[in-house]
Order: sequence, then structure tokens, then C-alpha cells
Amino acid sequence: MKYIDEFQNPDLARRLLDEIRAAVTRPWALMEVCGGQTHSIIRHGIDQLLPPEIELIHGPGCPVCVTPLEMIDKALEIAMRPGVIFCSFGDMLRVPGTGRDLFQVRGQGGDVRVVYSPLDALRIAEENPEREVVFFGIGFETTAPPNAMTVHQARKRNIRNFSLLVSHVRVPPAIDAIMRSPDCRVQGFLAAGHVCSVMGTAEYPDLARRHRVPIVVTGFEPLDVLEGVRRTVLQLERGEHTVENAYQRAVTAEGNPAAQAMLSDVFEITDRAWRGIGAIPDSGWRLSERYRDHDAEYRFSVEGIDTREPAECRSGEVLQGLLKPNECEAFGTTCTPRSPLGATMVSSEGACAAYYLYRRLDGATPGRRPAASARMTSGTPSPATASLEGSPLA
Amino acid sequence: MCLAVPGRVLDVEDRDGTRMATVDFGGVVKEVCLEYLPDLKPGEYAIVHVGFALQKLDEESAKRTLELFETLGLLQEEFADPWEAAEAELSEWQTQDDVHGEARP
Ligand code: SF4
Repeated sequence: MKYIDEFQNPDLARRLLDEIRAAVTRPWALMEVCGGQTHSIIRHGIDQLLPPEIELIHGPGCPVCVTPLEMIDKALEIAMRPGVIFCSFGDMLRVPGTGRDLFQVRGQGGDVRVVYSPLDALRIAEENPEREVVFFGIGFETTAPPNAMTVHQARKRNIRNFSLLVSHVRVPPAIDAIMRSPDCRVQGFLAAGHVCSVMGTAEYPDLARRHRVPIVVTGFEPLDVLEGVRRTVLQLERGEHTVENAYQRAVTAEGNPAAQAMLSDVFEITDRAWRGIGAIPDSGWRLSERYRDHDAEYRFSVEGIDTREPAECRSGEVLQGLLKPNECEAFGTTCTPRSPLGATMVSSEGACAAYYLYRRLDGATPGRRPAASARMTSGTPSPATASLEGSPLA
Repeated sequence: MCLAVPGRVLDVEDRDGTRMATVDFGGVVKEVCLEYLPDLKPGEYAIVHVGFALQKLDEESAKRTLELFETLGLLQEEFADPWEAAEAELSEWQTQDDVHGEARP
């Protein structure tokens, strides 16, 4: 209970933990789907606070991490073309492709720009009619609607020099794939709250029934995660497997219908490869036929790229919850955030990054993001100090 | 990037046929598209992701989340200059790796 005082409401956290402890009679393995939840768990040491019977398995919910290497390489290739302005969210800058990343492409003369919103990229296209502006559209159901709207607007306003390099992925097929895997140990899911704030919960009851697995829609703040764990454990102990919404302040059953309508207008469902995992049927979106003009893959032919995943990177297993990051040979030795082998080490939502950031340091140095630690003046000890066991850096 | 941040709507206007708002995220003010939440009014809170309001939120939860994000440094991460951040991070890691490299066998 050492770090529980860091919780926003320590009393409530204690109560939730007591209830969980009282309910548990045997071991359970739960997967948190969202990378934001993973970081919250590691940052606050929630996995350490929970009774030992409960294991939290980190899921594939980091959009940067699951973007296939091939897509990154296509992005790098397009960004190097003369006349192209390549726009991306900041998270993608240091994600390794085969041999380089967007950060290096800019160093080599590529016009790479970071935008806050896809609409910023559209504005850049409007202001530079003689250039080709490409936006890297990655992400789950939370990011897909903004990108869909941007393509819709480009069409509506006849901005022809704007295209989207699409690599969108959908969460429910990934949950299905994880449950189908013969190695699967997951017995309950904390579903990603923000995905559900767009999509609602309609896709989950069937999954819960078919795989006999409780699914609890959960936020990413520490108390949200504890409440999600509590509800999942109660279901498991009672032998139930239903869908519950523990994030009602942001998620309704129907989600955001306007966003869903735009998604099905602009995109169509397609099979998609997930980095390190491989192809999952129906797990992604691509632009529908009507919007082909705005599809960067069609506009720039970027075939024949030789993509090579570093053999020592085991991020595929990490993303499926089969391996903890610090069980990877390369963790903290040949793979660090400074020279990452996999996207899971460099993304702000990646599981390897979370382990590296919060677990390896001793009490003298708070185990937080360096950029963040400089900003934080409180000087409170990090939960990292509690959890050095198991880390090759300990 | 995947994280959505709560913000308070300051004002709303139609721009080129698109519903837009200025939104305050604990001090940082940004342009936000309201096409997915067209009924949002000034003074109300919503979860905003990459410049789009996606779901309404009550004031209390919005303020709590913003406070938490502030302490975790997530607001800076979301809104700061990413090139600067990437460069700063690189040199920070460099220093840390050097320190920890010595300790490693
Ligand atoms: S520690 Fe590095 S090499 Fe190992 S799985 Fe994570 S990203 Fe890949």
C-alpha cells in the first residue's frame, strides 16, 4: 500500500482493493486492452497493489505499436518523395521502420510535419496547392472518425492534393483473435473506454458469450482500472461472463452515432496485419471505393518495399500478452527508448516503454518519462522503486 | 495520441459549413471540430481526441481528469512541440543510458 497515497482518492482506492481481496478465491488473468491503461497500471504500481492471485496481462491497445512495419516503410518512402509534405501525429516520429524513422527522414531533407489534428494537415494542403499533402492515418476507433471526417471534408471542399495513408485497426476482432489463440490465458477483459465512447458496447456481448469471458468497459485513470478489475473479478468468481460498463461518465451503450455513420461512409472493413502479430480478419479499415482518390497507397505506388522486422524483437508476443517486456532478451540492453528495436519500446503507450520508464530506476531517480520528470516538482517517490524484481536492470 | 483529453467549450461557430469551437484544456486553447457532437454548447465539457469532440462529459469528471493529466505531464505531452520533445528525449535517454550503462555488466 506504499504508493496508494498517490491516488486521487486514496480512501476509495483502499476500499476497492479490500473488496477485490475479499472476493478473490483463486488466480485470474485479466487483460487490459488499452495502452493508456497499461501506463496507468505500471505508473501507479496497480499490479503490485492487487492481490497476487490477479495477474494483469498487457494487451495490444497501442495504435503506434500495432501499425505494421510495412506501413511505416511506406510512410517513410512517401515522405522522401520530392514535392510531398508528410503529416503525422508526433507519436510516429521515432517508430522504427526498416533502417530509419520519420525523424531521420526529416534530417535527410523530407518535409515531415507534425500536426495536432488531421484537420491541420488538410489546412496545410489547402495552403500548398502545388504540393502533395499526405496524412498518416493510424489508430483505433477513437482516431478513425476524425480521419474519416477529414477525408470527407477534403472531398466536400474539393481539396485534391490531400491523401490519407490508412492503417486503421479495430479492437473487437483483436479480442476475438486473442481468445482464439491456443496459448491464450486471458480470462477477463478490461475494454478500452475511449474506443467504446465512439463505438458504444454493441460489439461486445457476442464476444463475451462466445468466449465465455467477462468484458468490463474501463477508463484509464487509476481508480477506473481498480473498479474495472473489481467488477471483472466479481463476475469471474460468480462464473458470469457479461458486458459491464464501468466508465459511464464517458461511454454510453450506443456510443457516438454520428461518428459511426461517418466511419461507414468513408471506410470499409478489411483484413489488416498487426505489427508483430500478423493478419487478423476484418480487423481494420481502408478507404471505401468512393474515396479512392484520397488514398495515398493508390496515389503513390509504394510496392516492392523490403520490410524486415528485427529478429530479436518479441513485441508480437508482448502485444498478445504472451510475454512481459522485461522477459525479452533485448529489453534494456540492445533495445532502449533511445535506440528501440520495436515500436512497443518507443511509443508513449507501448508496454516495453512503460516497463522501461517506470521500473528500472532506483529511488534516487524518479522512474518517469525524463521529459515529464523535469516538469514535475513534487518529488514524490515513484512506484517504480517498488517493482524492480524481474527487471534485468535491477 | 490515443489518449483523449477533456476540455471546456469557450465558443462555437460555423466555419465553411463546419461546426467548430475553441476549447480550453486546462490553459491550452485549441480549435476543435464539433461535427460529431453538434449540440455541444459554450461552458460544457467534452472528451476531445485529435481535435474532435467525441463525447460529452460532466464538469466534475472533466476537472478531475484534467488535474490528473497535468500532474502526469500528459497535457504537455499532448500539446508541446513534438520535435523539441523528441530531441530533448533523445538527449535525456543518452544521459540515462550512459549512467545505467556503467552499472551494467
Ligand atoms: S524490449 Fe524491445 S526488442 Fe524486446 S519486445 Fe520490446 S521493443 Fe521488442
